[in-house]
Amino acid sequence: MTLIEILGHFNYWVFAILLMVGFYAVIVKHNLIKKLIGLSIFQSAVFLMYITMDKVEGGTAPIIQPDLPDQIYSNPLPQVLILTAIVVGVSTLALGLSLIVRINERYGTIEEDEILEAD
Amino acid sequence: MTFNEHLPALQVIVPLLSAPIVILLTPRGLAWAAAAASTLFSLFIAIALAMTTVTGTALTYDLGGWEAPYGITLSIDAFSSLLLLIVTGAGAVAIIAGKASIDVQIETHRQPLFYSAWLLALAGLIGMVISADAFNIFVFMEISSLASYILIAGGPDRRALPATFKYLITGTIGATFYLIGVGLIYMLTGTLNLADMEARISEVTSLNPLLAAAGFITIGLALKAAVFPLHVWLPNAYTHAPHMVTAFLAACGTKVAIYVLLRFNFFVFQANLPEHAVQFAFFLMPLALLGTVIASAVAMFEGHLKRLLAFSSVAQMGYVLIGASLLNASGLMASVIHLFNHAMAKAALFLAVASLAIRFRDLRVDELAGAARTMPWTCAAFVVGGLSLVGIPGTAGFISKWLLILSVMDHGHFGILLVAIIVLTSLMAVYYVWRVVEKLYFAAPRLSNVRVNEAPLTLLVATWIVALGNVAFGLYPELPLTLASHAAETLMEHPR
Repeated sequence: MTLIEILGHFNYWVFAILLMVGFYAVIVKHNLIKKLIGLSIFQSAVFLMYITMDKVEGGTAPIIQPDLPDQIYSNPLPQVLILTAIVVGVSTLALGLSLIVRINERYGTIEEDEILEAD
Repeated sequence: MTFNEHLPALQVIVPLLSAPIVILLTPRGLAWAAAAASTLFSLFIAIALAMTTVTGTALTYDLGGWEAPYGITLSIDAFSSLLLLIVTGAGAVAIIAGKASIDVQIETHRQPLFYSAWLLALAGLIGMVISADAFNIFVFMEISSLASYILIAGGPDRRALPATFKYLITGTIGATFYLIGVGLIYMLTGTLNLADMEARISEVTSLNPLLAAAGFITIGLALKAAVFPLHVWLPNAYTHAPHMVTAFLAACGTKVAIYVLLRFNFFVFQANLPEHAVQFAFFLMPLALLGTVIASAVAMFEGHLKRLLAFSSVAQMGYVLIGASLLNASGLMASVIHLFNHAMAKAALFLAVASLAIRFRDLRVDELAGAARTMPWTCAAFVVGGLSLVGIPGTAGFISKWLLILSVMDHGHFGILLVAIIVLTSLMAVYYVWRVVEKLYFAAPRLSNVRVNEAPLTLLVATWIVALGNVAFGLYPELPLTLASHAAETLMEHPR
């Protein structure tokens, strides 16, 4: 693989790095909010992967214009899929945050090790 | 189109649409009645569909009239039918019988929301089973997961909250891995329809991304299915969840993930990746064996009744994966029917646990000493469920273990080792079930427990219906056996 090819996959490198950054935070951090931030980064990385794959070089938004018959369009399907996945991600985040609120009410802390000690 | 032709769509739509309606039914008992009616209706649809698929025919339904591969297709064959029976059966029995238990554990004003989450979880699980679209499966998986997080955290036990948080993190990682896998396949094939995917992958020349996709999808779903060692979220979630939620999810939650895992691996990858069968078996077989042995061992020494049964669930999922990793029709048939029989046994056990929980505040095994003197019917049902879990002849559990041992026998020296492990873990199951039974029947009751009485009648009747179901399917196993053998055939005929 030449340098140009490696650089050409720039988006995929960012996807992989973001994925691992998020994963790392989920595993290592003890603070539940930080864990959730990590989870959010982890999910967003996958959104980036889907967005990258639908881009067609020189392509524009997939809205058919009758006066421009030779227009190249980007693939709209992954965008639609990822719109759904974003909604799923937002709901997960909201549910996770509300769980943390409850945990804080019942335990008085949001640090994982302190919660483990409390029970 | 006649009404019957729309049954596949109604199977998902009925619980999905009744979920928001149930929230509005605030007067006491009304939300429960509506939710119970909705789940019961789903169960009837599943039975009607099973009557068709038991003959070996598969049903397909194009949502909105959009044809595959452009639209989303629902497809129901014998395998999905069996899973639908498990899911809707567990959902209906637990909600109808469990009102007494739910009334104790969930405050009245929150009950409509609780039932709504229940219906969403049911709709999500059903959707995962019948959808033939990879992305649609992801969406339904997240619907069911989000709803089950709510259900598990909904009880009065504060330890349920961190347990749910752990489940939420693990579940989301699993679902995201699945999403990455689906994305990679979409890049290669440009399709999301499972059947179309299988056809187009054969034209793919570069197999590395496909290998990565297979890995991501298998691991993601294994996380959801609590395959050892990815099961760490399960024991706490099951232990601290409201008792009826445990009965519902323990019977069907992880099994649906296993179903999707088998479907993907056998339909999509097996035919198209040259070494896939070997990789699949070599990856899952050791995990399955370790899982059954270790989880059974943990269950032997576990003091809390619900956690004991949760570890036993992890062990029993190991049997399912042993059968699947044999990669032949008889092994697959054993593992598919074990999904059904284990669901029956665990449903009976957890319903009995819920009955015990109404009368006893603490579910540690020692605290339940002598319960059989005051709750003879509940304890007898527990014994029947336990016998089925162990696999005593005459119960449903025997059928699947017998089939599993028969198919394992064909594998020479390795087969003997597998038989030894299956027998050993069954003996471990005898031990941990007996430990509970001994306490229930032969230990002197604690002073504080002398005045408890039998569980509410509805719960007792439902527990016994499921317990007798274990016996009935042990003596007359034709229906699940036929469905399982059709399922094994369809799974095996795909690798060309």
